[in-house]
Amino acid sequence: MISKVEKRDRSMDKRTTISRPTEGAAGKTGSWRDQKPVLDQKKCKKCLRCWIFCPEGAIVRKEGDAVEIDYEYCKGCGVCMKECPFKAIIMVREGEVYENQEECAKEEP
Amino acid sequence: MAIKDLPKDEYLLKGNAACPGCPASQALRVVLKALGQNTTMVVPACCTAVIQGIYPKSAFNVPLMNIAFEAAAACASGIKAGYKAQGNDDTNVLVWAGDGGSYDIGFQALSGAAERGTDMIFICYNNQMYSNTGVQRSGATPYGASTTTTWTGKLEHNKDLSEIMIAHHIPYVASACVSYPEDLYAKVQKAKSIRGFKFIEILAPCPPGWRFPMESMVEQGRLAVESGMWALYEVENDKMTFTGPSKGILEGLRQRKPVVEYMKAQGRFSHLFKPGNEGKMKIIEQHLDVVWDRYRKQSSCLK
Ligand SMILES: Cc1ncc(C[n+]2csc(CCOP(=O)(O)OP(=O)(O)O)c2C)c(N)n1
Ligand code: SF4
Ligand code: SF4
Ligand code: SF4
Repeated sequence: MISKVEKRDRSMDKRTTISRPTEGAAGKTGSWRDQKPVLDQKKCKKCLRCWIFCPEGAIVRKEGDAVEIDYEYCKGCGVCMKECPFKAIIMVREGEVYENQEECAKEEP
Repeated sequence: MAIKDLPKDEYLLKGNAACPGCPASQALRVVLKALGQNTTMVVPACCTAVIQGIYPKSAFNVPLMNIAFEAAAACASGIKAGYKAQGNDDTNVLVWAGDGGSYDIGFQALSGAAERGTDMIFICYNNQMYSNTGVQRSGATPYGASTTTTWTGKLEHNKDLSEIMIAHHIPYVASACVSYPEDLYAKVQKAKSIRGFKFIEILAPCPPGWRFPMESMVEQGRLAVESGMWALYEVENDKMTFTGPSKGILEGLRQRKPVVEYMKAQGRFSHLFKPGNEGKMKIIEQHLDVVWDRYRKQSSCLK
């Protein structure tokens, strides 16, 4: 999608202040996080509620509606955890070791 | 319409300047999924003017024009006229404004564009205050809510902009809430399919402004609807239809949740729970009865 916009005529750029679509326009917002959502793929029923409610769009919807958290940009609000009907997402303190850490990591592709 | 049916495309890009748990950005994702790439946005002063980013970067993957607080709908009218002159009658022209930019400061331009019937969609994301400048009261702030300009609670009821827009006799008016994305998506899609001036209002519970934990953003919107403090409906060519839980409330099939359940998690209402403020709670409950009474009368007329 971004590439489509990139192809536009840029001849006016020097004369006007036109901003261009940029992922991370405010930087790598993952660094804002003090709590981190951790997804247990075994509990996930692919209902996509976390995907649609994530304000940041940091839940990536993949083929077959599996979901994955984009930690580069996730701001750690916890909305996904609260809205998951199957309790497949927990919040852990950023940097802390949590239960099932290894198992979750294994599940994450 | 299920969540799975909503398209994967994202037009609000990750890594923008919105607060964590921001209702405006969640609603924008849904709205832009419904409108698609062929959309031009106009944004007056509000949080979204910050969310969009600083030159030379934009967090939006559609063209967006910033404009003075008062002028969003006038600017969009000009953009529509310009597109038309170029032979383009297809691009969705969308105004995305806060309640300050629609209820109050942007109202004259909004009313003018609606009266002219300009072909555009005007969406007000209503967080019931001026968030971007640090939570001042607006015409949308409900009675009793504390803001930085109504410390001890607002003494006036909010006005009801959707009702005012219904009185403009435009082809489509809808009231939605961030917590019901399928409902919102369907309403935006309907607005897109109709020619003329369309108005949609979206309740947007703002964690720092309303003072509740950010993970409860969606829950607060749900409680607003279930308690009747917000209603989901649409008015298409003078036919009024309630949607989601509001439909059940209107038809008497379900009870409104007690308003205290909605208010208790929000710091802006916390003073109302202190002794001596029972009267204020009563005023809120009585006003809610009046609002729903009117909804009932209205919906039986507008069939
Ligand atoms: C004419 C004018 N007055 C005041 C301001 C300062 N200002 C910028 S954003 C804002 C608040 C906007 O409130 P609202 O429209 O409700 O959007 P929100 O910030 O809640 O998203 C104000 C007062 C301005 N930019 N222009
Ligand atoms: S809300 Fe929970 S169950 Fe649904 S897709 Fe997200 S993680 Fe999986
Ligand atoms: S914590 Fe918030 S920003 Fe991060 S993935 Fe969950 S909903 Fe999205
Ligand atoms: S103040 Fe509220 S509406 Fe504004 S960016 Fe923050 S969460 Fe969003």
